[in-house]
Amino acid sequence: MMLKFIVRRLLQLVPVLIGVTFLVFIMLHITPGDPAEVLAGEGATVETIENINERLGLNEPLHQQYLSFLSNAVQFDFGTSWRTGREVSSEIAPRFFVTLELAIYSTILSVFLGVIAGVISAVRRYSLTDVTIMLVALFGLSMPNFWLGLMLMQWFAVKLDWLPATGWGSGSQVILPVIALGTAGAAIIARMTRSSMLEIISQDYIRTARAKGVTEKVVIYRHALRNAMIPVVTVVGLQFGYLLGGAVLTETVFAINGLGRLVVDRIASRDFPVIQASILVIASLFVFVNVLVDISYRILNKRIDLD
Amino acid sequence: MDHDSILKINDLKTYFKIDDQKVVKAVDGVSFEVPKGKTLGIVGESGSGKSITALSILQLLDEPGEIVGGEILFNGDNLIEKSIPEMRKIRGNQISMIFQEPMTSLNPVHTIGNQISETIDIHQKLSRTESKKKTIELLELVGIPSPEKRIKQYPFELSGGMRQRVMIAIALASNPELLIADEPTTALDVTIQAQILELIKDLQDQLGMSVMLITHDLGVVAETCDYVAVMYAGKVVEYSDVETLFEDPKHPYTVGLLNSLPRHDIKQEELTPIDGMVPSPFEMPVGCRFAPRCPHATDLCREKLPSLWELNKDQEVRCWIYTEEWDGDQEVKVSDSLNLA
Repeated sequence: MMLKFIVRRLLQLVPVLIGVTFLVFIMLHITPGDPAEVLAGEGATVETIENINERLGLNEPLHQQYLSFLSNAVQFDFGTSWRTGREVSSEIAPRFFVTLELAIYSTILSVFLGVIAGVISAVRRYSLTDVTIMLVALFGLSMPNFWLGLMLMQWFAVKLDWLPATGWGSGSQVILPVIALGTAGAAIIARMTRSSMLEIISQDYIRTARAKGVTEKVVIYRHALRNAMIPVVTVVGLQFGYLLGGAVLTETVFAINGLGRLVVDRIASRDFPVIQASILVIASLFVFVNVLVDISYRILNKRIDLD
Repeated sequence: MDHDSILKINDLKTYFKIDDQKVVKAVDGVSFEVPKGKTLGIVGESGSGKSITALSILQLLDEPGEIVGGEILFNGDNLIEKSIPEMRKIRGNQISMIFQEPMTSLNPVHTIGNQISETIDIHQKLSRTESKKKTIELLELVGIPSPEKRIKQYPFELSGGMRQRVMIAIALASNPELLIADEPTTALDVTIQAQILELIKDLQDQLGMSVMLITHDLGVVAETCDYVAVMYAGKVVEYSDVETLFEDPKHPYTVGLLNSLPRHDIKQEELTPIDGMVPSPFEMPVGCRFAPRCPHATDLCREKLPSLWELNKDQEVRCWIYTEEWDGDQEVKVSDSLNLA
């Protein structure tokens, strides 16, 4: 039954992804700025531009361009970059894995900090600890991540010289960008966990657990937390998707060669094949993560019907 | 009354402090006892303090509820003086409790088997296989068919009646001396209600435990209880054995309750409800709390709160009529107004 569900959900991805390609394609083509002109550079002759248009197939009718893109994409052929002439897949792959790593580490940090802080807050509702955690969370939530990134860099890289300011790869390079990117998520998850836990703690079955004579720790972790995790998992899924596409600013601040930066760079140079393929990859992963979220609902609570 | 009692509550006070001015005295000087091996029924309307009394015994009160006075003597030990870890050893072990809502009282994310064996594992040192065996035995004991299959199921796969049986199995996991059942049948269908009550009664006979049964249903009391405490607005107004209560009720409130019951042995045109409403917890009458609704009330009733008098060996009543001070009609016999056939 679980397998059937997964297969069905994966099949549902197809129309979603076709929709994504269509939207991206349309948006690129209606955006002002002729790719051939950009590629040809300033002062190029009309002839040169016309040649480029011809070579890239930009003279063909739009629907034909779209269909040929689609039929190639189905075979995982995204063509070559207009700007560098390299295979699109080899342009994207290394960048994608950097962004994926960044997103995964940041999510792990968010979940870890957020759930712990949320549970503590809920258990000590209205205490000084609770108020402090929620204030910090509000702060974390309101802070733009690029600003936080700059501040972290200023302190830990420039003033204290503990960690490198830029780049990606070594363990020490990972720390600052992950904190910059994971803080907002941790704050959202902390608030979500708190409110969800508070709701669960007033349920009848929590009283039943106490009436059995279990310790408060068991009440919180075995009986309450698992029930409280369902809304939290939803937020984690959305957060992860957001990190995939929205890490551009953090990548820029920390000079990380991630997918976000690649997309932004190539939008400037109208490198359509790279943009289209990148967006498609991000969208696929986002939708896939949502399928994982749905599956985890079912694991957390057997009652949730996957149909 | 001098029974051999498993539980003796003296002048229990449980208050909910809403803010500096507002205090809800949900339980305000409650005293009763549960005789060993017997069933005590606690009867009263919603808001009379029955459930809060029960939760106070196990100290499972939600904030801001707090026991502010009195004694809860369990086998002679005052539970109010127990530490949190000591109370934890008593809960689910010597005193168990089942609740009104079987649909929401079981944890939706754990299997039936795990929820029962959890209680076994806390209070008894058993191996995994022994614990599983005991879980299956308990499910058999409470009349759940094919228990080997059921232990792997989740609460949502069971009906309300079955879930209440599971709750009873959890409660019985450590052979408790006292079972507190807080309206265990209120949320169930009538046919299932009878089955669950029958089950509790049978188990009591088999295991020799004492039962404290909270209900608002006098029919349930008549069928299952040996003794009854009638509660009104946070106080016990009458305590007696069950036959006496039904044949010779003393408190005007008890009489009112009995009169508002539908009966099949006499012809009734309509039911006789008790006039008026339960007083607001913020505006308790100074005198007898039932005085505003009592047909016999005098100035004395409205000004001074009567205490719980021991009328005879098995009957206590909180009413001025049975005292020397009574200033009303000397001839009043409360039970005369009872619609006996």
